[in-house]
Amino acid sequence: MHIEVRNLNKHFGDFHAVKDVSFEIEKGHLIGLLGPSGGGKTSILRMLAGLEGLDSGEIRFHGKLVNALPPQERGIGFVFQNYALFKHMTVFDNIAFGLKVKKIPHAKVKSRVMELVELTGLKGFEKRYPHQLSGGQRQRVAFARALAPEPQLLLLDEPFAAIDAKIRQELRTWLRDLIERVGITSIFVTHDQDEAIEVADEIMIINQGRVEQKGTPWDIYKEPKTPFVATFIGESTLIDHISELKGFEEVKNDSGTRALIRPEYIEVGHEHEFILASATEAGIIRHLHFRGSEWLVEVEVAGHKLITYRSLEKETLSIGQEVRVLVHRAYLFNEERSWIMENRLKDVPIPIMI
Amino acid sequence: MKKYWITLTYIVFIVLIIIPLLKIGSGAFSEGFSGWKDALIRPEAIHALMVTGLVVVVVTCINTLFGVMMAIYLVRSHWLSNKIKGFLNSIVDLPYAVSPVIGGLMIVLLLGPESIMGGFFENIGFRVVYAFPGMVIATLFVTFPLMVREVMPVLQEIGAQQEEAASTLGAYGWTTFWKVTWPSIQWAVLYGVVLTVARSLGEFGAVLVVSGNIMNKTQTATTLVYQDVENFNVIAANSVALVLAAISIGLLLMMEWTKRRKGVS
Ligand SMILES: Nc1ncnc2c1ncn2[C@@H]1O[C@H](COP(=O)(O)OP(=O)(O)O)[C@@H](O)[C@H]1O
Ligand SMILES: [Mg+2]
Repeated sequence: MHIEVRNLNKHFGDFHAVKDVSFEIEKGHLIGLLGPSGGGKTSILRMLAGLEGLDSGEIRFHGKLVNALPPQERGIGFVFQNYALFKHMTVFDNIAFGLKVKKIPHAKVKSRVMELVELTGLKGFEKRYPHQLSGGQRQRVAFARALAPEPQLLLLDEPFAAIDAKIRQELRTWLRDLIERVGITSIFVTHDQDEAIEVADEIMIINQGRVEQKGTPWDIYKEPKTPFVATFIGESTLIDHISELKGFEEVKNDSGTRALIRPEYIEVGHEHEFILASATEAGIIRHLHFRGSEWLVEVEVAGHKLITYRSLEKETLSIGQEVRVLVHRAYLFNEERSWIMENRLKDVPIPIMI
Repeated sequence: MKKYWITLTYIVFIVLIIIPLLKIGSGAFSEGFSGWKDALIRPEAIHALMVTGLVVVVVTCINTLFGVMMAIYLVRSHWLSNKIKGFLNSIVDLPYAVSPVIGGLMIVLLLGPESIMGGFFENIGFRVVYAFPGMVIATLFVTFPLMVREVMPVLQEIGAQQEEAASTLGAYGWTTFWKVTWPSIQWAVLYGVVLTVARSLGEFGAVLVVSGNIMNKTQTATTLVYQDVENFNVIAANSVALVLAAISIGLLLMMEWTKRRKGVS
């Protein structure tokens, strides 16, 4: 289903929870709504489902305005954060609910439910009640129940939040594959960036009721449009006076411009490791943390503490050692705008691994 | 220390409940079984028990229906503002705070023959006070919080999400209520029903004021006992009281049973 949302607004009393939200979703895409708690993600999802009224704005499915349509007629599957399974019904009856409501013949209900039970790997659990299932199994039931009436749009509110970290990973992959196989347009909410990056075709960053940015995970990572997105996605160090770093001298201090530098923008090592030694400057290793597959290095440059990673393949550094540091680029922003600036001394572009 | 408290509890229990109960029993049968039977087959006794039964049935039906509706509105409705909800919520508790006699008096003042509303009903030939409708209203006033206060916490605990899930699956209000909400609240409702029956069976003050206690017309079992005591007809008083006590014990057992079911589901 093609979805179009325009200037969506929602107040709870005096609190403006959703502010002028607009977006479009292509048919068959899987979209992640990512952002901190309280940002308005659940509210947006609930308005799409018709569970929450909206103050102003338009929601269109297939170009048709659905603002006034009740949830029963929107053709949406909703997976709630805590699953909201019917606790006095068996797994079978839970999944069959949406079909029975539509007065579908008994035999057809049965075959559809069994198909979904098979698809979600719940075979043998049909007669159990929700309280007799594990968190992961409950999630699968909620998923099967939402899919049973063949909705056009699937909405998932933090589908993995209540699940152990261990099986969460497994379920993510499973969900991703399943949604792909069913081919249904889906939106899922999460506050975990790894989850969003891993599962979604496209991510929308939601903060304080606004869409900060929408794009593929790679685009958002590479080119954050707002300071919030830059700090929220990936790791970074915030620097107040970037002009004190070599290669960035021309950035004016007085304009209130600040900089974000990601670990992978920074290279650290001995002088002979650099092709462009002239662009490097001196730094002192302050801390080293072993991170399993690499070293996390804290290095001090011109009074600024920068964080970067260093491969285990390279010569091991030690604390207090003098090294050379190259800052490839920085993400700069002030009140008016934000932009990415490459190190001025670096004419030859060096491919960087992220 | 704990032991003494338990003993004390038993003593209070025996003094306040068991001894009076035995006393009622012995009083009722002080002239043998026939004395008890004669007291009960007096026309006014049969009539009073029937009136009580009728009040109980009507009040329980109305209170169940409106109590459940009120609980749902107070917990679930979006269209009621929080202020109105808060106001209604405290109104529900009013009968707990107001003495039943005062409640009865309010009904007489509002709907009595001398009042505007009462006069209007009187003119169209519908008597409220000193008649059956007034007694039902008085008993409703007293029992109203019982159902609401039983059902509300259960609705709050289960939350709205199962119902919302049902609506996204295509179920409308009525289907959602019977298939999703009802199974969760059914034992609380039954418990509320038992409480309502017990309370309306034993109601005295409000009914006495509103009914005028007219023999063979508006007299209920409790007001009959009161009148028998006034007339020093001890055996008759005890006999009717014993019937009420026996029903109460039955209700108590039923309450225990529903309470257990309520815990399980
Ligand atoms: N029913 C409600 N009544 C009042 N405030 C609400 C209600 N639902 C959400 N909010 C508020 O709106 C904001 C956004 O909430 P929500 O959409 O749940 O955010 P998220 O899902 O991103 O954590 C929060 O500050 C929350 O407190
Ligand atoms: Mg949320």
